[in-house]
Amino acid sequence: MPLAYVMVGSGIASLSAAEAIRQRQPDASITVVSEEPHDFYSRPGLAYFLRGDIPESQLMVRSRDDLKTLNVKRVHGLVKELRCDGQELLLSDNRRLRFDRLLLAAGALAAPPTFPGRDLAGVVKLDGLDDTRRILALAKRGKPAVVVGGGITALELAEGLCARGMKVHYFLRGERYWADVLDETESKIIMDRLKHDGIVIHTKTQVKQALGKAGQLAALETEAGETVPCTMLAVAIGVRPRVELARQAGLSVDKGIMVNPRMQTTRQGVFAAGDCAQVGSTPLDVLWPTALAQGKVAGVNMAGGEVSYEKAVACNVTMLAGLRVTIIGNVGPSKKAEAKDRDLVAIARGDSESWRVLPNAHVLSDSDDVNRVRLFIGPRTIVGALVMGEQSWSRPLQHLIGQQVDIAPLRDVLIKDAAAGLNQLAEFYERWQAGKPR
Amino acid sequence: MSHEFKSRHQILSGAQVVPQADICVQCGCCTYNCPIGIDVRSYAWRGQAINSSYCLTCGECVKRCPRGVLSFEPIPLHSKLKG
Repeated sequence: MPLAYVMVGSGIASLSAAEAIRQRQPDASITVVSEEPHDFYSRPGLAYFLRGDIPESQLMVRSRDDLKTLNVKRVHGLVKELRCDGQELLLSDNRRLRFDRLLLAAGALAAPPTFPGRDLAGVVKLDGLDDTRRILALAKRGKPAVVVGGGITALELAEGLCARGMKVHYFLRGERYWADVLDETESKIIMDRLKHDGIVIHTKTQVKQALGKAGQLAALETEAGETVPCTMLAVAIGVRPRVELARQAGLSVDKGIMVNPRMQTTRQGVFAAGDCAQVGSTPLDVLWPTALAQGKVAGVNMAGGEVSYEKAVACNVTMLAGLRVTIIGNVGPSKKAEAKDRDLVAIARGDSESWRVLPNAHVLSDSDDVNRVRLFIGPRTIVGALVMGEQSWSRPLQHLIGQQVDIAPLRDVLIKDAAAGLNQLAEFYERWQAGKPR
Repeated sequence: MSHEFKSRHQILSGAQVVPQADICVQCGCCTYNCPIGIDVRSYAWRGQAINSSYCLTCGECVKRCPRGVLSFEPIPLHSKLKG
């Protein structure tokens, strides 16, 4: 009998695992169980759907024909219990799903707010497609909305609601946006652009409570005692890996479900990948490319292969206030006092803990209008970089940092004169590229 | 003259759109904005250059990709020879 593969979760880790298994085992039974009824869709694409850049149908990452070829059975339901000894899952409607190999890939969910009034209708989060649909149904032109939180998701919400015609207020607990990844200049560039789009930024502002009428959100009260009327409150204060199922089943759990580099948990036949997984002691990534790579490794190993996940240098390219921003490697907090972004209670989507590792390195930056390159120079290599605006440096730096290219001969000029250093680095990179065996 | 001036058309007809698959998040903005309906996203998934003979190299997908996944690159000689 062919083996029964079951995946919990319908994100990219689950899809890439299913594709890896199908490639090796054309006859295997593959089942994906998820509380989301939708076909596989692009979670990062939700931001562009929210803004109205693309229609909902465009989010589906596989055509119906592709899905037919992949031949995955979808089960719509919530998993209540994992029984490792009996090799089965128990769903909340008491259905049972037997497995030979299991992948836990349920991702991470928004950390809930703690202030009173958080359950009022109109208080929203952005985890999945259903949340996005709910937000769009509630978003009324000209009505006031408040966004609280930090990182990429908070901006996606603020910009999305603004694009939908709402009057957006963005609350920041501190002085500036994403203080533990961006430096002061970069935060200012982003905040200026948000203001230019019509978003009102309230710094040093915290929600004390949400106020409502008949269960419907009507206003917020801030810690300072101010009342801000609003019909929507969008909260993005970080995400938490979904580890409950694993913990309850006795699997080893730290911040995520613990796995070895083959993506195996502490129980035979049970694997984990993506936002819910933690590979040994490596920092957490909540990044799409990481989930994709881990899902693939898990799938190959589940199907009898023998591959290991090698953590790549954490890299993300994203759009902040209409500017492309690439973040690679360790960029660290610019000042120790700012080591914690108070707008987040947990890691955010599109974020990596490794960006916060304060590198023992010189920092240099070169900017021109909104275009900016910031480098962290270690003793022999570049250890981190942030490229904002014009992206010519994005790929070269991904290569130079990812492959730990020795740039020691350029170190002094880079540290002394950023602009001249970057010119020399550009020539160096071209020579390095040309000399590389293809 | 030391420089040989080429029109935009001449340059682009010798170039193709190439994805950097490892940073693509499959959002579909590229496919949605392609004026002639090429499924650019599926090329990006496979890490393949958009070698469709219908591609106009108009740059819509390159410009619209929110993640900087797509860029123009000269068509390498060996793939030209392979046809």
